Amino acid sequence: MTCTAAGNYIPPSAGEREALLRELGLNSAEDLFINIPKRCRVGELKLPKPLSEPELRRALEALAAENETPLFIGGGLYDHYVPAAVDALCSLPEFVTAYTPYQPEISQGTLTSIFEFQTGICRLTGLDAANASMYDAATAAAEAMLMAAVHTKRKTVRVTAATHPHIKETLRTYARFNGLSVAEIPFDGRGQTAADAMAGEDACVIAQSPNYFGVIEPMRAIAAKASETGAVPVAVCDPLSLAILESPGAMGFDIAVGECQPLGSPISFGGPHAGYFAANENFLRRMPGRIVGETGEVNGGRRGFILTLQAREQHIRREKATSNICSNAALAALRATVYLALLGPEGLREVAETTAQKAAYMRGRLEEAGVNPLFDAPYFREFAVDSILTGALPLERGSLIAVTEKRTRAEIDAFCGRGRSR
Amino acid sequence: MTTYEKSVPGRRGFISEQSDVPVVSLASIMGEENLRKTPAALPELAETDVVRHYTALAKQNFGVDTGFYPLGSCTMKYNPKINEALAALPGFLGAHPLAPDGMNRGCLRLLAELEEMLCEVCGMEAFTLQPAAGAHGELTGLMCIAAYFEKTGQTGRKVILIPDSAHGTNPASAAQAGFTVRSVPSGSDGLVDPDALRVAAEAAGESLAGLMLTNPNTLGLFERHIVEIAEIIHGAGGLLYYDGANLNAVMGITTPGAMGFDVVHLNLHKTFSTPHGGGGPGAGPVGANKVLAPFLPGKGEDSIGRVRAYYGSFGVLVKAYCYIRTLGGSGLREASETAVLNANWLLKKLRGAYDAPHGEWCMHEFVLSCAKLKAETGVSAMDVAKGLIDKGFHPPTVYFPTIVPESMMIEPTETEAPETLEAFASAMLALYEDAHVNPETLHNAPVTTPVGRLDATAAARNPVIKR
Repeated sequence: MTCTAAGNYIPPSAGEREALLRELGLNSAEDLFINIPKRCRVGELKLPKPLSEPELRRALEALAAENETPLFIGGGLYDHYVPAAVDALCSLPEFVTAYTPYQPEISQGTLTSIFEFQTGICRLTGLDAANASMYDAATAAAEAMLMAAVHTKRKTVRVTAATHPHIKETLRTYARFNGLSVAEIPFDGRGQTAADAMAGEDACVIAQSPNYFGVIEPMRAIAAKASETGAVPVAVCDPLSLAILESPGAMGFDIAVGECQPLGSPISFGGPHAGYFAANENFLRRMPGRIVGETGEVNGGRRGFILTLQAREQHIRREKATSNICSNAALAALRATVYLALLGPEGLREVAETTAQKAAYMRGRLEEAGVNPLFDAPYFREFAVDSILTGALPLERGSLIAVTEKRTRAEIDAFCGRGRSR
Repeated sequence: MTTYEKSVPGRRGFISEQSDVPVVSLASIMGEENLRKTPAALPELAETDVVRHYTALAKQNFGVDTGFYPLGSCTMKYNPKINEALAALPGFLGAHPLAPDGMNRGCLRLLAELEEMLCEVCGMEAFTLQPAAGAHGELTGLMCIAAYFEKTGQTGRKVILIPDSAHGTNPASAAQAGFTVRSVPSGSDGLVDPDALRVAAEAAGESLAGLMLTNPNTLGLFERHIVEIAEIIHGAGGLLYYDGANLNAVMGITTPGAMGFDVVHLNLHKTFSTPHGGGGPGAGPVGANKVLAPFLPGKGEDSIGRVRAYYGSFGVLVKAYCYIRTLGGSGLREASETAVLNANWLLKKLRGAYDAPHGEWCMHEFVLSCAKLKAETGVSAMDVAKGLIDKGFHPPTVYFPTIVPESMMIEPTETEAPETLEAFASAMLALYEDAHVNPETLHNAPVTTPVGRLDATAAARNPVIKR
């Protein structure tokens, strides 16, 4: 065997490997692969030459330096401040380098934190049950759709047209291969969904609020209308907004899903982040994903946490599982959990309030500069305007501007002072 | 205790910056009727409390950095520190996927290069980096197969064959992609029997969509009839899906493409050393040959469409990119060679005591059975697993694959030294002795952990899943 840069991560030296081979009665590593047919063999992989750590750092720093960080682009991912303690705690190697907590006796760290995550999501959403996390909001919405279709035995699904386009696309992909069809409910001149435009007999109605244009939807009316027709109402909600916006549970939704990125995760070019999935108790045994429960020792009095309700899952039920998900986004969910613990109810409210205040300030400044909002409905941190502005997210007619508590008045003024770019 | 129980009213763990813009009423921005009536009851703790709490929790975990973690089929290899540091460069963390491409040149170049490198490692034509985990990759690959049959007017092809040794995600993903699953029994040698496969393919007839195969399989055996298997499936009009969970055994030796597979998913958190994070986030890129490449997410007009938002688990992709750039072609082969060497050496040490039902040789992992041990002593695979915990090791995967009774699936990976393997083998052999001499100690294990064995039945019967 040769010895290359891989040596860093492969402890046995060339000599030690020779010795191991000899103990096995083999002459070379090639003898380990005699069952692989000759016609399946390949020559050395044509990859760039191995790099040492300093060379690798230089190469990646150069790549990272080619990117620019936008200040006012949101579209589902927002530049909120991440406290240093979140980074420090979520870098602890015992969290980072563990896997799914199959052995609860040596996984209480992960299990306890997931139980806390589930608790936090339930409290924010006002629903009974939450799982350990999903990949992102889009896949969480897709899983909610599939669960609702099984529950109602209905084949059509409705989503508000003002929902994030990536969520809508993901829904369509999942729907197509499950014999479901997805229809959209249009929005009106204020950027709000017309609850009256909803038809009946759907498996579920999926509504995002604040929606893609930042507008707060008439969620109570949407949930009521959906429930009336026997459709499962599904809310897609930014968890940070729920610090000050009414919870989906209180507004009549049976399921809430969303993206945890605003809770302590950097944007990181779109991932990895955690999705959340919460539902009413009657969906508990149909939910996708890992769920952690509290229990006690078999032969003792100590309390502990354990993966539970596994009869839903793929490793037990195989093709009859409620979902195929196993690995989810535990470490990203931990960031949200630590963020919520640090900020607490007051801190989270302050971040959300300042965010809304700064969004309102920027909206006013833009109006002064002759850039008008497209919609006059209530909003939270993002809003659409009638002009195409450099540094904002382009829309079909206009742009979308996102503001967080991190943006300073000076940054906002500088952007607005530029006025129309064209 | 959770943070919710430790909460003390009035404590603060973070003070946010005072707003520097004029204050207006929230109701005027968000609408009075939309405002929350009662705040969510979140924990109230000081930063010190929070830091101590999670530091203490971390100590109750066992990770790869803690010690040997031979969890079969999960490839718990060492996760390089430099890769963590580089994925956290501000230029990456601040990049926004919806910003104009001109602002994301570095990210986009990295992703393009990663796709190219994964194509080379797998012998595939194109890759999508969107899928967020292995199971998500399976679903994506299977959707591509379904879309291909739709496009070619073969909508009746709905049956996916899956060996009974396969991961549970295979049948679950196939069902979620709209397929019907038929299980193919393994032969007595633990391999797919080409004759039995031929019968299954013929029985499916025009409804055959394909076969999902893990190679080496979950018994740690290379499916040496792979060429014939591919001929049977392709000859019957089906497609061949490669579950990349065990790619760590064959990098630079063979590729899924060279074996005849049409589509493959990888688990970057296994083979390509990105950390498992206590259950994700991972990444499950999907590669396809010329036939299926047009159906991949984001790859043209036949694309199945998005399977998630944005570009994928970018931070995970950066780490996998770093890993491949560090090892290069020769290093990846060296990793696979050493992984297989380590597994065989460990198998040789253990097969005298424990039953190795599938022979003397393995690839990167192997399966032992505790059935005989249990019959003789009452000590089960679970008892041995718990005994290992008291000896400072993470247990192997137990009770999977289900086709081996009382199974223990052991995957040492290449990132372990001979003395670690030796210590683990000694521990396993000592437990074998204990089972015969003093089985009670094993039934009661572990005793060195923050909690002993937990009551799973009670947890499921009366679920308490939040405070």
